[in-house]
Amino acid sequence: MSDILEIFMSASFWAAAIRIATPLIFGVVGALICERSGVLNLGIEGIFTAGAMAGWMAVWLGAGLWGGVLVAALAGGFFGLIHAVLTVPLGLSQHVSGIGVTLFATSLSYFIYRTALPDVSSPPRIEAFQPLDIPVLSDLPFLGPALFQQTPLTFLALFLVAATAYVLYRTPLGLAIQAVGDNPAAVESQGLSVYGLRMGTVVAGSAIMALGGAFLTMSAFDAFFFGMVNGRGWICIALTVFASWRPGKALLGALLFGAFDAFQVRLQTEVGSFIPGQVFLMMPYLLSIAALIVVARRADYPRALLVPYFRGQR
Amino acid sequence: MIRFEPRGPVAVSRTIGVSVTAAVAALVLAAIPMLFAGLSVLDAYVLMIKGAWGSMFAFTEMLTRASPLILTGLAAAVAFRAKLWNIGAEGQLYAGALAAVAVGTGLISGPSFVLVPAVIVAGALAGGLVMLVPTLLKTRLGVDEVVTTLLLNFVILLFVQMMLEGPMQDPMGMGWPQSEPILDEAALPKLMDRMRIHWGLVIALAASLGVYFLLKRTVWGFEIRAVGENAAAARHAGIPVTATFIRVGLLSGALAGLAGVGEVAGLKGYLTADLSPGFGYSGIVVAMLAGLSPIGVVFAALFIASIFVGADSMSRATGVSNYLADLIVAISLLSVLVSGLFLRFRIRLAGTRPARESAK
Repeated sequence: MSDILEIFMSASFWAAAIRIATPLIFGVVGALICERSGVLNLGIEGIFTAGAMAGWMAVWLGAGLWGGVLVAALAGGFFGLIHAVLTVPLGLSQHVSGIGVTLFATSLSYFIYRTALPDVSSPPRIEAFQPLDIPVLSDLPFLGPALFQQTPLTFLALFLVAATAYVLYRTPLGLAIQAVGDNPAAVESQGLSVYGLRMGTVVAGSAIMALGGAFLTMSAFDAFFFGMVNGRGWICIALTVFASWRPGKALLGALLFGAFDAFQVRLQTEVGSFIPGQVFLMMPYLLSIAALIVVARRADYPRALLVPYFRGQR
Repeated sequence: MIRFEPRGPVAVSRTIGVSVTAAVAALVLAAIPMLFAGLSVLDAYVLMIKGAWGSMFAFTEMLTRASPLILTGLAAAVAFRAKLWNIGAEGQLYAGALAAVAVGTGLISGPSFVLVPAVIVAGALAGGLVMLVPTLLKTRLGVDEVVTTLLLNFVILLFVQMMLEGPMQDPMGMGWPQSEPILDEAALPKLMDRMRIHWGLVIALAASLGVYFLLKRTVWGFEIRAVGENAAAARHAGIPVTATFIRVGLLSGALAGLAGVGEVAGLKGYLTADLSPGFGYSGIVVAMLAGLSPIGVVFAALFIASIFVGADSMSRATGVSNYLADLIVAISLLSVLVSGLFLRFRIRLAGTRPARESAK
């Protein structure tokens, strides 16, 4: 029991929780932006992979770390555009298109990686982002190492949560995005473009998702591995429902998730000899399913989610 | 301005046309990454065709690869028909394989005519039960099945790894995470001497006919189609929607489980955690390419299997990564979506004369 208490008292636990949460924050924010406008984006898993690969490769080719972040976002936007064109003006199945984008983005990333590096056994490393040293805050006892010694991408993720919340609730654009996810015909009657709004949010949301992937190769690790995204995208889709499509709750959900994951990794060192390691590795996926079950009854889906809109036909 | 005008009922020939168009479009589009990789596109395709169809060995290898794809394709097709989004065929395949190994490595003993059916039934049952969980979560609690089936894929694969490193590890396996070999009496027989092709293909073809018959000629099949067209209307018309979802879920999972049975009891002989190179996900592409038709699934699976086997062979000859196969398969899915538009709609430029009511 005192061992468990010790876990929560250690600064490294909270630092790890935030680190694990960071890619999920990008993913959930990206996913909720898309879904708020009425488009489910199951391309997320592949977009994570593409962001991870493209960002890493740009840095490896000498673009610099922020150059890599930009390239990752552009890659995400590109795959988002494919999903947007297929699902918005063409009105095709969002489920199937999303799976298609995931397969396409994943296989294209793997193919490019293997073509550029045909026979490397150990993946080449880059100089990844280092934790920021914020004057005063980083030096605080306990709170400093627990909360303020993160890499710049973590702070970018937190900024994006605030920015998304501001745009969504405090600007005309945000209100239009919310409306287009609930009642596109009403938005059209206001003289706004349903297609423009939806395609814009899907591209922007996908660019943000890709940053979650970029965090993996440029911050959490310093190289690209096959299968490294490992379902994080799907977890984000579950967390988006759990967060009721609200940026603040999304942040909270991702942090809870990160804390749980960091906790179970530490618990594993305590009881790992009795329980097989795979049980712990299953926990994130089971936890996501549990989160979906908890909110299922009261999930307040954007009313026009999954419903294509055809101009002037309804 | 482009307008989409809905078409009436469509002829089978047009459905086939859409699939063929999509397949050709995917092969043409795949030329772009091939050129970037420094391949001569025509030579590469010749190598791929030879690699999949050029010899008896190549042909049987292609059929061997097609067998699980037919089954996972059917799993997706039958579920998507009812708009039950089962993206978990990968996990259900592993569940089927795990059950087949559990039964087929000595749990029971007996002659082939007992053990082979036992292994098949166990695998189908395991796949079906795995899919029952997300189906019940959907019908009872309203939990979206897309995400739960996707997440369960990871859970099941980890469970398989756990079993292979624990209770089901082969004590003679030098510590490798693999199961004991399936008993000879429990293995699916080979179809030809000195080739890997096995009875899994026969099971797959029989399943395709079975699903065709079910959908076309039975009340359950009618209910599946009705629920897929419009669940609310079906409920209103007195169709048992919940029961239909549960039947479809069980059937879809069982079909994917059978794919696992074939791979482990027909092909590999023992279970490892890398049994499937994504057959569950490719099955979705197969189903979509087939226009969700159970007979079409067979042909779509032959196409996708040719891509995989052909690309492996091309890759060995040229050194270009065989991730090209996954890329072509992914492009096929996107292109069949787009070409499907031509099936459902007449596409007209505004200003041109409106189409007359399409001939029935």
